[in-house]
Amino acid sequence: MALFDKFGKLAQARADLMQGRLNPFGTRIDEILSPTEGRIGDHRVILAGTNNYLGLTFDPDCIQAAQQALEDQGTGTTGSRMANGSYGSHMALEAELADFFARRSVIVFSTGYMGNLGVIGALAGPEDIVLLDADCHASIYDACKLGGAQVIRFRHNDAADLERRMRRLGERARTALILVEGIYSMLGDQAPLREIVEIKQRLGGYLLVDEAHSVGVLGTHGRGLAEELGVEAEVDIVTGTFSKSLGAIGGFAASHHPDMDLLRCASRPYIFTASPSPSAIASVRAALQALRSRPELRERLWSNARQLYRGLAALGYRIGPQPSPIVPVLLGSPEEGVAFWENLIERGVYVNLVPPLATPGGQALVRCSVSAAHTPEQIERIIQAFAALRAPAAKAMAGA
Amino acid sequence: MISQEQILERLLAYLRPMAPPGTPLHPDIDLRQELGLDSIKVMDLLMELEDAFDISIPLNILADVHTPAELARAVFSLTEHADGLVR
Repeated sequence: MALFDKFGKLAQARADLMQGRLNPFGTRIDEILSPTEGRIGDHRVILAGTNNYLGLTFDPDCIQAAQQALEDQGTGTTGSRMANGSYGSHMALEAELADFFARRSVIVFSTGYMGNLGVIGALAGPEDIVLLDADCHASIYDACKLGGAQVIRFRHNDAADLERRMRRLGERARTALILVEGIYSMLGDQAPLREIVEIKQRLGGYLLVDEAHSVGVLGTHGRGLAEELGVEAEVDIVTGTFSKSLGAIGGFAASHHPDMDLLRCASRPYIFTASPSPSAIASVRAALQALRSRPELRERLWSNARQLYRGLAALGYRIGPQPSPIVPVLLGSPEEGVAFWENLIERGVYVNLVPPLATPGGQALVRCSVSAAHTPEQIERIIQAFAALRAPAAKAMAGA
Repeated sequence: MISQEQILERLLAYLRPMAPPGTPLHPDIDLRQELGLDSIKVMDLLMELEDAFDISIPLNILADVHTPAELARAVFSLTEHADGLVR
């Protein structure tokens, strides 16, 4: 078999979905006009498929900080965190995040994906057991592969299922690592963290919560789901990203554990890549300040999220199980998904199309993401675009 | 003690509804290429087996598994070894 022959089925599936006018696998966005508007070809669109939850990508303070860092420190570090790639600003961001999360140690990684790889992949080796929620992000699955941990999967958001699987493990559950997310990226739902913590208290184990989609979104101070539910003390490690609420790129892990810093010498994804660019670090530091000092951003985000959730529910779409800044709309076949997504763009709304392989239940879905920077009028226009497609979509699904 | 045959039988029972029409189900059928199961469905299959036999089966065993017969053998081999996760 030749090297690329293994992708035969994938190539066919991709070709089948590329019959339309736009490429659903990496749409070209020709212009970014603001945190909430862009241009795709001839279509000016509302961007409702970003993870720009707090709308900070065009924040003047963030831009100014990034520009200053470019001037002062150059375009890139050209080196590993372990070698020449740990600037004062990287360390300062770690200290600021440690203060924000009220945790002893924070390690900054080059992306959120690499943060999970770097922490889980280093901590959970072949002798260790990991229990992960079935809907965990690919970075968590990949991290488990990297470390070679023995992976037990439990049903999505089913704490009783987690408990059943931990009981089967007997004594070995006491040192197992439980992996969940604050807000799940596909359905926008939240982990039943109180129940999971209660199980951990009874049966043991360590708990890692990936708050990638929940930092800046949940909790009185924006620290995520663990803060929202008052269970931070029971969470051993928090991971997250700078590419959502914080509007740039990078990742982090925060913990109270006294040996957390050892990972800097043991984590291959930390060591064997270049560190984040100074400009990204600078804008993240400014964005973190905004997240802390402007709680009204979170309020606006939730007001917009509730407006969109209510609007799409009223139209009769099958949407996620709870209001969230991520509002998935479940569709039928992949072809229906692509057609629906293209029609939305033509009506001036960009959302993310998620092919069935990446979705729970194997259905195509479009995923709307709300930002604090959206105006209520923009949210209404998004709802109206969905309303215009409601009748054809219902007809197509009824005929399927 | 669970036998390899019991595991295979249960596996085939789960797979039967998933087989595309006209595709005969047999122990050596390729789960991904012939039955068209994606990685999530294969992982779900493992979860069903765990619950059916009340055992723990790490996902790692899937690395070298392509057919129901190979999967049944891998799970059975876990039950045989004291250092495996299966209880």
